[in-house]
Amino acid sequence: MWMIRAFLPGVWLLCLLLGLALMAQAQEETGQGQALLESLDSPSYDAKAEAIEAIIVSGDERSRRWLDELLGGKLQRHKDTGRFVIVLENRGRNWPVIDALTLEDAGEMSRRDLDGIGINNALRGQLQSALAMLDLYTDDVDDRRDAARELLGSVDAPMVEPLGEVIANEDDAEVRRLLDQALAIHRLDEGDIDAIAELAGSLNSRVRAALNSATRSDDPLVADAASAALADIEQKLRLNSGLETLYFGLSLGSVLVLAAIGLAITFGVMGVINMAHGELIMLGAYTTWAMQQLLPGQPGLALVLSIPAGFLVAALAGIAIERSVIQFLKGRPLETLLATFGVSLILQQLVRTVISPQNRTVVSPDWMSGSLMINEGLSLTLNRLFVLGFALVVFACLMLVMRRTRLGLEVRAVTQNRAMARSMGIRATRVDIMTFALGSGVAGLAGVALSQLTNVGPNLGQNYIIDSFMVVVFGGVGNLWGTLVAGLSLGVINQVLEPWAGAVLAKIIVLVFIILFIQKRPRGLFPQKGRAAEG
Amino acid sequence: MIPSNVYRTPRWLAVSLLSAAVATPVLAQEDPIKVGILHSLSGTMAISETVLKDTVEMLIEQQNAEGGLLGRQLEAVVVDPASDWPLFAEKARELLAQEEVDVIFGNWTSVSRKSVLPVVEELNGLLFYPVQYEGEESSENVFYTGAAPNQQAIPAVNYLMNNVGVERWVLAGTDYVYPRTTNKILDAYLKSHGVADEDIMISYTPFGHSDWQNIVSDIKEFGSQGKKTAVVSTINGDANVPFYRELGNQGINAADIPVVAFSVGEEELTGIDTAPLVGHLAAWNYFMSVDTDENYDFIDAWIEYTGDDMAVTNDPMEAHYIGFNMWTEAVKKAGTTDVDAVKDAIIGVTVPNLTGGYAAMMPNHHITKPVLIGEIQDNGQFSIVWETPSTVAGDAWSDYLEGSRDLISDWRKPMECGNYNVVEGSCGGSEAEVE
Repeated sequence: MWMIRAFLPGVWLLCLLLGLALMAQAQEETGQGQALLESLDSPSYDAKAEAIEAIIVSGDERSRRWLDELLGGKLQRHKDTGRFVIVLENRGRNWPVIDALTLEDAGEMSRRDLDGIGINNALRGQLQSALAMLDLYTDDVDDRRDAARELLGSVDAPMVEPLGEVIANEDDAEVRRLLDQALAIHRLDEGDIDAIAELAGSLNSRVRAALNSATRSDDPLVADAASAALADIEQKLRLNSGLETLYFGLSLGSVLVLAAIGLAITFGVMGVINMAHGELIMLGAYTTWAMQQLLPGQPGLALVLSIPAGFLVAALAGIAIERSVIQFLKGRPLETLLATFGVSLILQQLVRTVISPQNRTVVSPDWMSGSLMINEGLSLTLNRLFVLGFALVVFACLMLVMRRTRLGLEVRAVTQNRAMARSMGIRATRVDIMTFALGSGVAGLAGVALSQLTNVGPNLGQNYIIDSFMVVVFGGVGNLWGTLVAGLSLGVINQVLEPWAGAVLAKIIVLVFIILFIQKRPRGLFPQKGRAAEG
Repeated sequence: MIPSNVYRTPRWLAVSLLSAAVATPVLAQEDPIKVGILHSLSGTMAISETVLKDTVEMLIEQQNAEGGLLGRQLEAVVVDPASDWPLFAEKARELLAQEEVDVIFGNWTSVSRKSVLPVVEELNGLLFYPVQYEGEESSENVFYTGAAPNQQAIPAVNYLMNNVGVERWVLAGTDYVYPRTTNKILDAYLKSHGVADEDIMISYTPFGHSDWQNIVSDIKEFGSQGKKTAVVSTINGDANVPFYRELGNQGINAADIPVVAFSVGEEELTGIDTAPLVGHLAAWNYFMSVDTDENYDFIDAWIEYTGDDMAVTNDPMEAHYIGFNMWTEAVKKAGTTDVDAVKDAIIGVTVPNLTGGYAAMMPNHHITKPVLIGEIQDNGQFSIVWETPSTVAGDAWSDYLEGSRDLISDWRKPMECGNYNVVEGSCGGSEAEVE
């Protein structure tokens, strides 16, 4: 397919593609390749920009690789020999490299001897649009769409003609539409008023940026038309931004629910004030980190395996805390609070001493990075979408356990009337252990999810303990549904307030609101009724 | 609570002790010189401060291997203020009054420095403070080896304005004294360069903020107005990880809206997957990727000291390196570790920094530093894209704030004043507040 296109006329692009077709010839021109890279190794960024242009025009078959590596900062030069190399792995002191001209293995070099060919953001933009231009010729439709989207706002005069050719030969309507818009943005920058009609109604942020700068145009006609088009777009965006805020709110809410749901069992159902709950979350997050260390290169698999592992680690830690501290303090909430607070400090410092006081890197697998595009103006970040789903699944499983299993039945029996349950043959101590382990394990699951959103460090748990208690108390102690509703609604309230009150004030307002609410309804949103309430 | 004046040594006594110490150097040779290290090893700030404790210990070890100082060995006295600001003051008092250390290297946050300040002044100690800070302070007993705003924030903004062509500014920070003061200075500076009010957005978030969805979305919206936009971030510590993650996920890359950070260094990046951050900027006076032999030697020594092949170095570590060497030079020059003598001797002392130049101690107790702008690479390092042609001298009092504009600091005789008002011609005393 691309062979046919390669013979179509086009300014520099043609040369490049001709070069691709004439691989064999180019291969012999090592001297030329060396010269091209030499010109790239200049202290001035303007000279580098010209050198990049020259590489694109040269049509050398290695140019694609060079540009990719230059963009990644991997194209480097040996200080003494002047040899150009591509660094394969740039961590540690000695780096494995390949020769940039022959692309053959060149052993290892010390980072002390290598000089990187630095680029700045301007060059990065230039490289990205050059690479996007090349990507327009790949067979994969998604790659072509991404490339076309990348070109929005970065089209300049020499690209207009080859882009016209691409559009004429493109099968995919979406790619054509995006490229048309890219060209229209270019024409608008040149002062073409007709381009505005083509851009009207698009929600893409780069289109809006172009229209916004057109409103400051010297030509009053262009300025007015651009303002009118923008007003129309803003109207459409209003719904989008409402949906976006809702999503933000639900996402924050799901984090709160995840953090609090374990506490809803240990505090809500069992009545144990566990200040070390946050540290159980932290243990779950560290389990994810440890899993990724055990399975290097497979962050996705590691993350999936961390779900059962995180549950087990936190549950075992929970059992240890229950057996060593909490069982001796039954019915003494103040002592429990202080003792578990001590446990939380011990756990934090343990992690600092054994692992490191530094945060640990937890990698997000590819399928959790980036965002899911609903339309041009609204995309949902994938990691938060997964966490939202995960929170709901965890909640559903927990409801199932509490309502449908023997354990759930026993737990409810013991918490409602311990003495009666024991006389019915339920082993209350065993139930205590199991319940606390379940609540702790769920905290571990929260940690696994949080490792994808925030830092994994010794302070992770501290940041969530207050929020967790807040959600459980607001929702109504002892009620899992209450926790779900409270978490989600607090999340939404917070995110609705944040844009106009600021992050600091929004948090304060939410706290004040909860205090007032608890004054009015001390038992929270969903108070327990009946005999259980007296216990 | 013991009344604080119990600890105060009368000046005549200090002078006579000093002359006694000078007169009988043979006796003094027996005891080691005590170096106090006041960095949090537990609590929230342990993440940043632990490596600084290790750095000073390494420098002491190196100095001892070279035969110590004035023929005496150095001994580190390490205390743990546990990220607890009032505890910093207590521990500083312990170091000065009980352990009788000759010098203290310590502190990270400004609030901890403010808590230590009265103790160090009262007991006449020496404190070397290695972190970039908001300025508006000059104490007779403190030496600021980190950057003042004119050595970091202002040059970074100049770079964005002149080399990147930024016209719209988001000033995002954590809600405490350093970001608030820095943003106030930057706001005044930008407006003095013709930036309109509606082209500046200021946003503050609480410590450890982890939900950045709304703010990042606002930044995206703010940046879609057709003018080149940049974020100047004074977001502190842990909050950076989720912030950068959210930026990456919402598809904001450095070519569209670059973020220049003043608190993100190599150490912080070890906790982040840096692939989505490539191209975002940081302004510092030192990067681990600086290509000089001094730096490679320092890195090799550090890797050997820690035993970790992946160990990273950062800007505050270089500040301690410079501060420590300045102090040893001053002690050699004065021939004694006596605080008053060292304080006078250190002004003008020049030592090599790690970026191939020299750092000099100025009369205002700040030092000269080059300013570097680096772009984040995918290996957690920075590639340097810009640097000041020569070193910049730290300015204790910002020229862009009302009230601080007229103040200068000069601790040489005969002025000996931390905030001399050049308009009124009087010294306000080192405790004066600027507002």
